[in-house]
Amino acid sequence: MSFISLLWVLLLGSLLGLELIGKVPPTLHTPLMSGANAISGITMLAALTLIVKAEGNVPLLIIGSVSLGFALFNVVGGFFVTDRMLAMFSRKPSNKK
Amino acid sequence: MNLPVIIKFVIDLVAVLLLALGIKGLSKVKSARDANRLAALAMSLSVVGLLFYYLGTSGIAIQSWIWIIIGSILGSLFGAILAKKVPMTSMPETVALFNGCGGMSSLLVALGVAIFPISGGQENFDFFKSLINEVSISVSIFVGAITFTGSIVAMAKLQGWLSTPGWTQSKVRHFVNIVFAVASLIAFFDLINGNTSSIWLLVIVSSFLGIGVTLPIGGADMPVVISLLNSYSGIAAAAAGFVVDSQLLIVAGAMVGAAGLILTQVMCKGMNRSLVSVLFGGSLSAQSTTSSGSGEYTNITSCSVEECALTLEAANKVIIVPGYGLAVAQAQHTLREVTKKLEQNGIEVVYAIHPVAGRMPGHMNVLLAEADVPYEQLKEMDVVNPDFPATDVVLVLGANDVVNPQAKNDSSSPLYGMPVLDVQEARTVFVIKRGMSAGYSGIKNDLFDLPNTSMVFGDAKKVLNDLIGELKDLGVGEK
Repeated sequence: MSFISLLWVLLLGSLLGLELIGKVPPTLHTPLMSGANAISGITMLAALTLIVKAEGNVPLLIIGSVSLGFALFNVVGGFFVTDRMLAMFSRKPSNKK
Repeated sequence: MNLPVIIKFVIDLVAVLLLALGIKGLSKVKSARDANRLAALAMSLSVVGLLFYYLGTSGIAIQSWIWIIIGSILGSLFGAILAKKVPMTSMPETVALFNGCGGMSSLLVALGVAIFPISGGQENFDFFKSLINEVSISVSIFVGAITFTGSIVAMAKLQGWLSTPGWTQSKVRHFVNIVFAVASLIAFFDLINGNTSSIWLLVIVSSFLGIGVTLPIGGADMPVVISLLNSYSGIAAAAAGFVVDSQLLIVAGAMVGAAGLILTQVMCKGMNRSLVSVLFGGSLSAQSTTSSGSGEYTNITSCSVEECALTLEAANKVIIVPGYGLAVAQAQHTLREVTKKLEQNGIEVVYAIHPVAGRMPGHMNVLLAEADVPYEQLKEMDVVNPDFPATDVVLVLGANDVVNPQAKNDSSSPLYGMPVLDVQEARTVFVIKRGMSAGYSGIKNDLFDLPNTSMVFGDAKKVLNDLIGELKDLGVGEK
């Protein structure tokens, strides 16, 4: 990929992000923040790339592995915690008649 | 193009589509849970795509597999455990912690590439290409470090491990932060000039900048900061995408960055604060103690729990206004028991949720949902405000600024213009509060002085427990 096309990707991605969230009910601010936060753990792909391309360079392998750990902590924890929050909204109103 | 390349290309496209649908769906109550799962699916898909691509092209060494597995297992395990165990009241600091770790990950990737240039990563190496590479590495480190230290400070402050040091409220902090910012700029240019060792300077000063920027910000503004830092971590991910040449990373990072920015804006609006004043104004209480609203209370009526119970028993319609104090006291379950009793007595109970109730926008909804409060009983501010005149009793639990009539009546008040709940329109208002201390704004609450307002002093949980006892004695809620 040339640098210019990567810039296009950046531009279009940003525009998409701006468009996606128009009206959010306040109820969902916390889960939305948490879910978007999990997605930002996408750097795990960069960490994976680093490890695969390390070619036996142990310090680099370790850096990559730690980075992958941090990213997955973000991703897995983020999605689980968001799910936990959202599960509460969808719970049936058990106490109503 | 051979097969693995095509397959990865297709998978990446699908992943981007699913991520976009995920973010979109997360902004609607009905679709939110599925959307979250969709996003999670997209993320796993992208990992599979990447691994498949490397297996099909360069292959993955055994050694690499080992480190991949170690990192994945540890990270996922800790993440999953924390996500399952953490109490719902600590949500803000949990999100901050996760966010900080995302920033750390981007930082480490950039650092790794900077110290050990990836072989085969830069075919047709030329000056332009290497410039881009260095710029993206620097940006990734800079933003990643700020995200990490900023989030950790935010977490520590929310947990109560860190308080706001006095000097951070004076002008000194601007000077200190400018010094850090200039130093990181110097390190940045030095790095581009080919002086690799200045990378450490960049790491250090941008880490300090993250601390220096977050430390002065007060507790109530913290959610806005976390949302902003969340946006930063997206930018850090996009920068890391430039470092390793991954379009998927750039798209996803840019999406989160932009969406986070919008969400930050939305939150600021709900709190009647501008982003600039949140970031550079210091904590609100520090400025406003000197300005208006520090007057004395003249007409406080305090009453016992028993009186409160008697009034509640005679009511037809009750509105509960839960706030930060309720969340801190973890009294949402006790509150639910009280309202259950009232409902059993045929009293209509509704919860009025201010957009920034709780410790984070939307946090109160989560807490009440956890305590089994039916979703239909949670009413948003605009919906519930016309109902107050026809309401017998309003119970204000640990909320303060969001029920201050000053925001509507007194144009000299710092709160003026903030959307508030018109609780004073109700026949009787009970405010359950520990003492007469002011809310976050540090401003006197005119509500407390009104003749139809009575204060019930005490910890929210204890008062509610006593209230349950009194209601029981009155025979409320028994068949």
